[in-house]
Amino acid sequence: MDILVCIKKVPDTADAEVILRSDGKGIEEEDLAFGINEWDNYAVEEAIRLKEKEGGKVAVVTIGTGDDEDILRRCLAMGADDAYRIDSSPFYMDDPYSVAKGLSAFAKKHSFDLIMTGVMAGDMSYAMTGPLTAGMLGIPHTTLVTSIDVKDGNISVTRELEGGLEESVRLELPALLTIQTGINEPRYVSIMGIRKVRSKEIPVLRAEELGLSAEEIGEQGAVLELESLERPPEGKEAEMISGSPDEIAEKILEIVKGVV
Amino acid sequence: MEFELTTEQKDIQQAAREFAEGEFDRDKAIQLEKDHAYPRDIWKKASELGFVGIHFPEEFGGQGMGVFENVLIVEEFCRNDSGIGTALALCDFSSEIIMRHGSAEQKERYLSAVASGRMISAGAFTEPNHGSDITLMDTRAERKSDHWLINGTKTFITNGAMADFYIVLCQVEPDASPTYRGMSTIIVERNTEGVDAEEIGDKMGIRMTSTAEISFSNVEAPLENLVGEDKKGFYHVLEFFDESRIEIAATALGIAQGAFDRALEYAKEREQFGRKLSDFQVTRHKLADMATTIEAARLVTYKAAWNFDKGRIDPKLTSMAKYLAARAAVTVADEAVQIYGGYGYFTDNEVERYYRDAKISEIYEGTKEIQKNTIASQLIKKGK
Repeated sequence: MDILVCIKKVPDTADAEVILRSDGKGIEEEDLAFGINEWDNYAVEEAIRLKEKEGGKVAVVTIGTGDDEDILRRCLAMGADDAYRIDSSPFYMDDPYSVAKGLSAFAKKHSFDLIMTGVMAGDMSYAMTGPLTAGMLGIPHTTLVTSIDVKDGNISVTRELEGGLEESVRLELPALLTIQTGINEPRYVSIMGIRKVRSKEIPVLRAEELGLSAEEIGEQGAVLELESLERPPEGKEAEMISGSPDEIAEKILEIVKGVV
Repeated sequence: MEFELTTEQKDIQQAAREFAEGEFDRDKAIQLEKDHAYPRDIWKKASELGFVGIHFPEEFGGQGMGVFENVLIVEEFCRNDSGIGTALALCDFSSEIIMRHGSAEQKERYLSAVASGRMISAGAFTEPNHGSDITLMDTRAERKSDHWLINGTKTFITNGAMADFYIVLCQVEPDASPTYRGMSTIIVERNTEGVDAEEIGDKMGIRMTSTAEISFSNVEAPLENLVGEDKKGFYHVLEFFDESRIEIAATALGIAQGAFDRALEYAKEREQFGRKLSDFQVTRHKLADMATTIEAARLVTYKAAWNFDKGRIDPKLTSMAKYLAARAAVTVADEAVQIYGGYGYFTDNEVERYYRDAKISEIYEGTKEIQKNTIASQLIKKGK
């Protein structure tokens, strides 16, 4: 089974101090650490496990700059067979529709049995790139996948629902799945893996080679335009209590009494 | 001159960082230290992933890379956790003597086992009466018809009570003149009859690592356990120090960076007198000094590693790296505790452990005074 995993490099903003850019359309990236999108890492691991079980090959692709190739090499070191970079310069990357156009155009040039993306990317959290790509390719898809089982050209997957429920779905291949975190335990990159990357070339594809024009995938072709990023206004729910420990305890007691 | 890591080196650094972030755990480290226990499960995993013996040849289980790549891994490990990092960095200690001078059989038996996490090595050089001065050994090895007969005591042996084998520096010819021309390095496995290893006891830092006294009482080692040339043991060990001091510099560098990372984060959070600590000039200057000290240590350490991988041995440069990085670890960890104030004195905030773990780097593998002797003698000898 040949699998394509679409990956993205994102900033790690979980513990970092995020500063809005002065134009309000992005964040200051200078002091942030970047790495593979967390969901994508699970997708790559799942693809490699399927390959190890079912045979076939795993390819990874990203739309990015030369600086993004480290996440491609990382996937190769984990066990992916091929990695491709689509040059991001003509793309309007804030629009998942543009991104999906690039990914679907790439996928059409190959024949993959299964395509995987992360459920969402940790930076913009659209959760749309996967479903849009499947739509453009005209193949079935499902989201929030937490397990995969391959049977006679079909796949059975479970999906994570709210309320602790799981849904089981069967799809015909080729199909696209968006992978949820926790589906597996991604392996570490080994030094043996890094050494294997030495012999790998990462082809760089330009949009026009995929039959895409700058108008289609650039800002003018975007269906969604990022206007601004803001911090939500501070809520009024929190009340800071000051005073001596005794006074604070007294006030807390009053509040709790009022509730019960 | 090129100051940038190659893409492969960056990938190695990133892989080591991710492994440390995933496997090293603060609470686990505190517990291991309390128990004086070696992080065995992490060591096994690190070996399986190729982080141990990355500089060993491929045919003997290594990754065929250089001392430089090893430095990158050691730095990342110690940065994430001074105790676990040091314990992992030292697991192959002195195996390099076998790698540089050993026979193919020795490499097959020992290097492969160390690289794959089946054995831990130790170098048994120091003796109760010979620490900085190892020009004469009291541990005797007599060549018998089919074995070496070894008697003597070694002390402060890193990994001593848990290593599977030792590379023992022995006096084979006590009357040699000068005495250091009568020494040989001989492999002794710990489970050999007559070998007794005893943990020395509580110590200031690196408590996850064993430090033992080892006595050899009529120990018989096969003649083929001689490593390298007979009576060249002193030279093999000195040459090893030119390599190992770079690794020790890397542990110190990582400890310094790890202490700094924590202090910087704390200074940006902690408020006193209505301002962040990082707004006070006194803290800002501390942070500037710490970062500058680390950067200087890193440059010399990287240069020493790079130079070694070029096939050149420069004891002066190696000693400079070890001296400077160890000093950086001690001063930066000290300032990190100072920035944390009272909180820094407590185990939960880790910097006190970095402080305690830092100090050994100015003592083992040659004290800082010995490093200065080496630097000075090279300067004066070469008239530079």
